[in-house]
Amino acid sequence: MSEEQSFTLDGRRVPFQAGQTLMAAALAAGVYIPHLCFNREFAPHGSCRVCLVGVNGRMQAACTTPAAAGQIVESETGEIREIRRGILQMLFVEGNHVCPACEKSGACQLQAVAYYVGMLAPHYTHFYPRRPVDASHPEAVIDFNRCILCELCVRASRDVDGKNVFAVQGRGIEAHLVVNTPSGKLGATDFSIHDKAAQVCPTGAILTKHRGYEIPIGQRLYDRKPISVVGDVATLSESKGGRRHD
Amino acid sequence: MAEPDALIQTVHDIVQRHGGMPTRLLQILREAQDSLTWLSPETLDAVAGKLGVSPDKVRSVAEFYSFLYTAPRGSYDILFSDNITDRMLGNRELLHALCDRLGVGIGETRADGVVTVGTTSCTGMCDQGPAALVNGYALTRLDPPRLDRIVELVNGQIPLTQWPREFFEVVSNIRRADILLGRHFADGAALRAVLKRGPEAILEELVKSGLRGQGGAGFRSGAKWVSCRNAPGEVKYVVCNADEGEPGTFKDRVLMQDFADLVFEGMTLCGRVIGARQGFVYLRGEYRYLLDALKATLQRRREAGLLGAAILGDPTFNFDIDIHLGAGAYVCGEESALIESLEGKHGVPRIRPPFPTTHGYLNQPTVVNNVETFATAAKIAVEGGAWFANRGTAESKGTKLLSLSGDCKRPGIYEYPFGVTVRRVLDDCGARDAQGIQMAGPAGHMISAKQFDRRICFEDLATGGSFMVFDQSRDILDGIRNFTHFFVHESCGFCTPCRVGTSLMRDLVTKVHTGHGTRYDLEEMRKLGRIMRVACHCGLGQTAPNPVLDSLDQFPESWERRLRSTAFEPAFDLDAALEQARQLTGRSDPGAYLREEELMLGTMP
Repeated sequence: MSEEQSFTLDGRRVPFQAGQTLMAAALAAGVYIPHLCFNREFAPHGSCRVCLVGVNGRMQAACTTPAAAGQIVESETGEIREIRRGILQMLFVEGNHVCPACEKSGACQLQAVAYYVGMLAPHYTHFYPRRPVDASHPEAVIDFNRCILCELCVRASRDVDGKNVFAVQGRGIEAHLVVNTPSGKLGATDFSIHDKAAQVCPTGAILTKHRGYEIPIGQRLYDRKPISVVGDVATLSESKGGRRHD
Repeated sequence: MAEPDALIQTVHDIVQRHGGMPTRLLQILREAQDSLTWLSPETLDAVAGKLGVSPDKVRSVAEFYSFLYTAPRGSYDILFSDNITDRMLGNRELLHALCDRLGVGIGETRADGVVTVGTTSCTGMCDQGPAALVNGYALTRLDPPRLDRIVELVNGQIPLTQWPREFFEVVSNIRRADILLGRHFADGAALRAVLKRGPEAILEELVKSGLRGQGGAGFRSGAKWVSCRNAPGEVKYVVCNADEGEPGTFKDRVLMQDFADLVFEGMTLCGRVIGARQGFVYLRGEYRYLLDALKATLQRRREAGLLGAAILGDPTFNFDIDIHLGAGAYVCGEESALIESLEGKHGVPRIRPPFPTTHGYLNQPTVVNNVETFATAAKIAVEGGAWFANRGTAESKGTKLLSLSGDCKRPGIYEYPFGVTVRRVLDDCGARDAQGIQMAGPAGHMISAKQFDRRICFEDLATGGSFMVFDQSRDILDGIRNFTHFFVHESCGFCTPCRVGTSLMRDLVTKVHTGHGTRYDLEEMRKLGRIMRVACHCGLGQTAPNPVLDSLDQFPESWERRLRSTAFEPAFDLDAALEQARQLTGRSDPGAYLREEELMLGTMP
């Protein structure tokens, strides 16, 4: 047996196995690094940049950086917290996120991570993009205003459900989520509320129809405990206030 | 619009010509658009069907590249190069004049479908601007008489082949030559050298030469070739990065136009050294005018036994080169995005590591080098590493090509040994009155006159070659604002801090530039810039705030003279918000506008 390898995360020794990323090793060790586009069931994507950590003094995404023995990794420093807050603020002004009017409020990963990094206001000037809401599907509604382009639904539908319902198209600030049908409507696809793609959204962009406010605001997942303690809404079962189907 | 059957047949022929290979998707879409003027949903579906790839993949590629159109476009598609150097030469006046004369708005297609006029990022003709593209072909030295003629040609619907040749003339403007541009090179000499001395000896020379990536990143070329040669894998590739998209640089265009043999020879040499049989040139779409000549050069080299099967009669030396055209995406200059694009995908930079030397094109070991690097490597193979290392500085051996443009008497290409001072370059090009230099393009460094004794080399001012001069008559902020627009346009949109941050930065710069900013906004720019520098996924986003951050340090007075005296100014423009009400009520009298003092009352004390 080879000796157990480890790196240091905020002064704490974190063991890892060969091939593991910093994020995977930290999760396994029970250390929370905030993230949005990362979901342990999928290959790392590295696009949201929220999981930024200092690796031997250089900023890198924890979800895509391979762990190496002896790395000095910083996560909860004032500087990194400020950068993460800035990234969250960018996501909030890029779309239209009206938390008080959102069914997912209190069980929303975006909102919970924003609280975790100390974001109290969006700070930057809102873009107020005009984006549609698609209620054409009998079981689900898509509110494109809330999409943060994490591509988890894209990956889930393509790689797990085998349906390839979603895609991101366009470049730069024009990049946007689309539904892969000529009409662009979800109702024209074979998407089902039981798909993996319906369970992975870290925001309120994909919602189940006919079910709303079953858990009163104030008693929801992140109303009770912070995300660093209970984890991601997508990985928790519905009975525990998450999105995952039992 | 083609008839359905004709459309299917056109797409079928194009796909056939490319062997039905999905890696050729971008090339196929370019050619389909050439035939059909735009990529309709029917065309995209037909391409997807013929290639056997999902329609959304084809659509995402079509929507990613600036020169691919998913909406109808005029038969004449005119795009003005909108770099700051084009602006210095008066391109905006010409653009407005052309639009007026043709009766079309900027970025719009005329109702009769004949012409579209818009703008595009720097087309690499900064020494002979104002420049434009018409149906992808470069137009240079635009002036009012040329515009008059273009209006007639467009309205008369005269085919491009009958337009005056001089409109399309691209000159090389080589002003100073050193060891790369100045010495004769006998075609095949580097290939004979590698056959005679063996790949190991050539690699040793390359390492000894100290040659570093001439695209500007400065990675040691010898180490890159060694790493790729040693990487496990039967199939390896050589890729020449001719996606010269950094505004203000055009030296690779000159190399591809006047020294293509030398570049191809360097690639072939690399193929022999690392054990690759296939090379690709990724040529930026703006240099499409070079394509036919380059293909002819490749053919001539095949016939001369310098390319293809059994090079120089050696049955073990097989290497060929294919040219891929880009389609308007600066981010594809990043090597992993370039590889994605070569594979027929949209150009989003990959997660690195792994690096291309082990996992490149089709996940095989790949050397990606800049045009100038390959050309230089060919010379080193013949002349030896010591010959090259003789010039330059301790950490930057040899010479560097600079692309000079902006406010100078003699814009063009200058080859200098590394270590040359900025002042010397300014003297040579006839820039008497320089206020500042944008070095290495918008992603590089902006320096003021206090720093003109700095040296151009990796130890001090690293550069890929762009060198834009601003004289005392210029407003530095015009340049900065232009660059922030450039980065918004060129962000791929993959990661948050670049996708959103570039827009936020543009808006902040615009706010100050138009006289609405305060000291608070300058501090906001610094904070935003710091986040982008460390948090973005690739070099594009990490360097995008550079011109803003540099100019805040180097030209504080340019910013400060625009500031309001108040501590805070809202981004919301109260008077502009009344515009819709004015239009609805048909009012344009003074009472319908907020006066300056009323606006001030509305601001915070």
